[in-house]
Amino acid sequence: MTGRVFKIETFAGADGPGIRCAVFFQGCHLRCVCCHNPESWASGGGEVMDSREVLRRALRYRAYYSPGGGVTFTGGEPLMQPEFLAESAHLCAENGLHTALDTAGAPLSRQVKEALRYIDLVLLDIKRTTEDEYRSHCGGSLSDTLRFLKFANDAGANIWVRHVVIPGLTDGEENILRLKALCAPYSNVKRIELLPFRNLCAAKYKNLGIPFALSDVPECGENDLARLLRLVDNE
Amino acid sequence: MRKSHEAWEGFAAGSWCESIDVRDFIMRNVTPYTGGPEFLSGPTARTVALNRKCAALFEKERQNGGVLGIDTENVSSLLSYGPAYLDRENELIVGFQTNSPLVRGVHPFGGLRMARSACEAYGHSLSSRVTDAFTYRTTHNDGVFRVYTDEMKAARRAGLITGLPDAYGRGRIIGDYRRVALYGVDALIAAKKEDKRAVGRRLMDADNIRLSEELYSQIDFLYKLKDMAALYGFDISGPAKSAREAVQWIYFGYLGAIKEQNGAAMSLGRVSSFIDIYIERDMRRGILDEAGAQELFDDFVIKLRMARHLRTPEYNELFGGDPMWITESVGGMAKDGRTLVTKSAFRMLNTLYTLGSAPEPNLTVLWSKALPKPFKRFCAKISIDTASIQYENDDLMRPIYGDDYAIACCVSAMKIGKQMQYFGARCNLPKLLLLALNGGRDELSGAQVGPATDVYAGEALRWDAVCERLDRYLGWLCALYVNSLNVIHYMHDKYAYEKVQMALHDTDVERMMAFGVAGLSVFADSMSAIRYAEVRPLRGEGGLIAGFDVAGDFPKFGNDDDRVDSIAVETLRQFHAELCKTPAYRGAKHTLSVLTITSNVVYGKKTGATPDGRQKGAPFAPGANPMHGREEYGALASLSSVAKLPYDCCRDGISCTLSLTPRSLGNDDASRTENLIALLDGYFESGAHHANINVLSRERLVEAMERPELFPNLTIRVSGYAVNFHKLCREQQLEVISRTFHERM
Repeated sequence: MTGRVFKIETFAGADGPGIRCAVFFQGCHLRCVCCHNPESWASGGGEVMDSREVLRRALRYRAYYSPGGGVTFTGGEPLMQPEFLAESAHLCAENGLHTALDTAGAPLSRQVKEALRYIDLVLLDIKRTTEDEYRSHCGGSLSDTLRFLKFANDAGANIWVRHVVIPGLTDGEENILRLKALCAPYSNVKRIELLPFRNLCAAKYKNLGIPFALSDVPECGENDLARLLRLVDNE
Repeated sequence: MRKSHEAWEGFAAGSWCESIDVRDFIMRNVTPYTGGPEFLSGPTARTVALNRKCAALFEKERQNGGVLGIDTENVSSLLSYGPAYLDRENELIVGFQTNSPLVRGVHPFGGLRMARSACEAYGHSLSSRVTDAFTYRTTHNDGVFRVYTDEMKAARRAGLITGLPDAYGRGRIIGDYRRVALYGVDALIAAKKEDKRAVGRRLMDADNIRLSEELYSQIDFLYKLKDMAALYGFDISGPAKSAREAVQWIYFGYLGAIKEQNGAAMSLGRVSSFIDIYIERDMRRGILDEAGAQELFDDFVIKLRMARHLRTPEYNELFGGDPMWITESVGGMAKDGRTLVTKSAFRMLNTLYTLGSAPEPNLTVLWSKALPKPFKRFCAKISIDTASIQYENDDLMRPIYGDDYAIACCVSAMKIGKQMQYFGARCNLPKLLLLALNGGRDELSGAQVGPATDVYAGEALRWDAVCERLDRYLGWLCALYVNSLNVIHYMHDKYAYEKVQMALHDTDVERMMAFGVAGLSVFADSMSAIRYAEVRPLRGEGGLIAGFDVAGDFPKFGNDDDRVDSIAVETLRQFHAELCKTPAYRGAKHTLSVLTITSNVVYGKKTGATPDGRQKGAPFAPGANPMHGREEYGALASLSSVAKLPYDCCRDGISCTLSLTPRSLGNDDASRTENLIALLDGYFESGAHHANINVLSRERLVEAMERPELFPNLTIRVSGYAVNFHKLCREQQLEVISRTFHERM
């Protein structure tokens, strides 16, 4: 079957373990203030691509994947095209590729649950740590994300939780500790990744004529990031 | 040859004792090391002090406009200068090119005019003592221009073939400097005398007469090499007896070579694991510890970093950043499956930490999938920390060159002491296309450079018609190119022969003639535009084509798209096949490289607008790189296009420079290191030849361009070599900054 893809990045070193081919799904229901890919929002855009073409492209770079690398489905929000996600993941898994899903966790549907069977690693982006903040940050709901977390955890998926550290918004220590507490009940959360906010995307917003709410926010410094990472205390 | 020697005690004997065979010595005595860098020592207080003195001189040189001083009174050679020191009491390895560190000597044998204008460029003037001496001498440059045809001169002037070594030393010849240490100079002289007697028994035809005279010169200069070492109080007539002597003997060999020759690339070879054998022996004897071993490498490298040649500003446009290409090949595997990584491979690379990062020596890791993992990790970490090393595919080269080859310059492999090359710079491919469309005329000047035909007359460029024209002009150019190089190298052998370096080769040496192409991606994209989009030529003055109107999209090199990648591949095959139709001087084998150094900027400047949409005068991509901004699918798709370029017809190397931001490579240090290893493994497994790896951000370079004093040691890889960023001219800096940085979005 076909789906909509807005970009394929053949070298992704920071979206799951190893070197990965990142497949960016078109369409997202959230409007995160820090979104790096505003061109992915509209669900009608992008390129129509067959899941077999996704497989072909991902397999092309197999020599680079060892050890641990593979394909990452990201976006946009991959869960918005659950059948396409399921079929692409199924094909990749069948061909021995490690599969990762980068998602905000909504919408959770029966088809999404089906797709998760072919996903080796879930990269769950918890955008904010309170319901109010979450809603104002991206227009979605924290409880949806947590519902997905519970489902994925109970289904036995490997999970890495990710959180973007934005100076002045999410760089407080209490915020990071709250994030840690949110994850604590779920034994399959293997790692919490803190990603530094970057403003590389400002130019994209300008080109698209969309105002970028964080245009004056500085990038997250390496030292701040290292300090917060110590709070998270990954193995 | 002496079959045993007290200096060889403790070494396993073999055929290396019977005749000159450094490889056999290494294979019998090397101690492969599969561990990590834990054993390494940092710099000693002595090293730190010495390095500080060296850094102070570099700073003085920078403040002085890039050249600290020029000795305009003497012609540089082995015995032209007395001994010079950086810090006599504290140096472990001694020797400088002239009477004073960083002061540059003049080399008029390549060409007097170049020596004179180089002096003048830095506010000096060549002494009458030197110019008078050369009034009645023929230089290499004189010889070449006596024979160059009008057509050769026109192609050169138009920038169709540029960077030809017709006014300075050709370089790219690696003396086997290890022979000096292993055998001592007397044994080398004896062997050469024996060879000369044997040549004397042959038919005295032009080839053998020339060879015999060359052997006379080689022997003469081996004696001079001994005398040069004696000026420093060393007797190198016998083999080195310790690690320190081994390093010193090797360095004397190299020093003799760079005193005598100002070749563009004066590469070192593959010495670390050879030296390691001496270090292991000294350690077994209890006379050397790890700190002392590192000191030997540190001192050696300090000397190498202080090597200089005098160049003109025009030369610096082609080869920016004052490089010497003191290329040292590290790592690789032996044919029997053992690794040739030793502790000294680590020590050599460790100098980037003990002394700080720097472009020289040009450290080149011979990468094999089978290299020990801890060594791979160490290399990757160094790339991430310093952006100072390059990688070449040992698994690709070993079957061709064996396991005792080294890299000359950037990407030119050769068996050490057994093969040499005639360096031949490169041809401007996009300019050739424009020339073909314009009926043999230079699109910028209008001058008739190639055979005269009509200017392309149609409304839109038709693929078949363009190919037909191109075939004709490509055939014409390749014949002209080979003939031009034949003239150059005949004259170089005659008037500026490399006496020291060739004395450190086998007498019956195998020769390669190294041709090159520049602007491959611009060319391939242009041809792709002609084939897949609609390209209409725009006529300028005098009916020449001054630009192109392109309608529609077309596949671009760097996206792993066979439609265009195959154009690049077929062009290289065709170019090589055409070259081979014209025999090369002295039976040399035709080889081809895809490499630009920094000449991609000046080549672009000399080339009109191209059908791929590139503007007139805009730089080409470096080496085999895709044009920046045209790679839509990220680094692996880009690398995959490059990996398709066929090494079998590009035996002189295919250079690719990859710049990644730290963030794109991974979220933490450990994953960055592992991902870089996986990247190199995957790239080389795909059959690629070479990669320069830069891990840095564009912002950092912009900052370094604005405030160079804050980044005195910022080193980046450009095209087959590394430079101090501040030593590039503004244009070259801007071009480097405009290149693709694979970012994480």
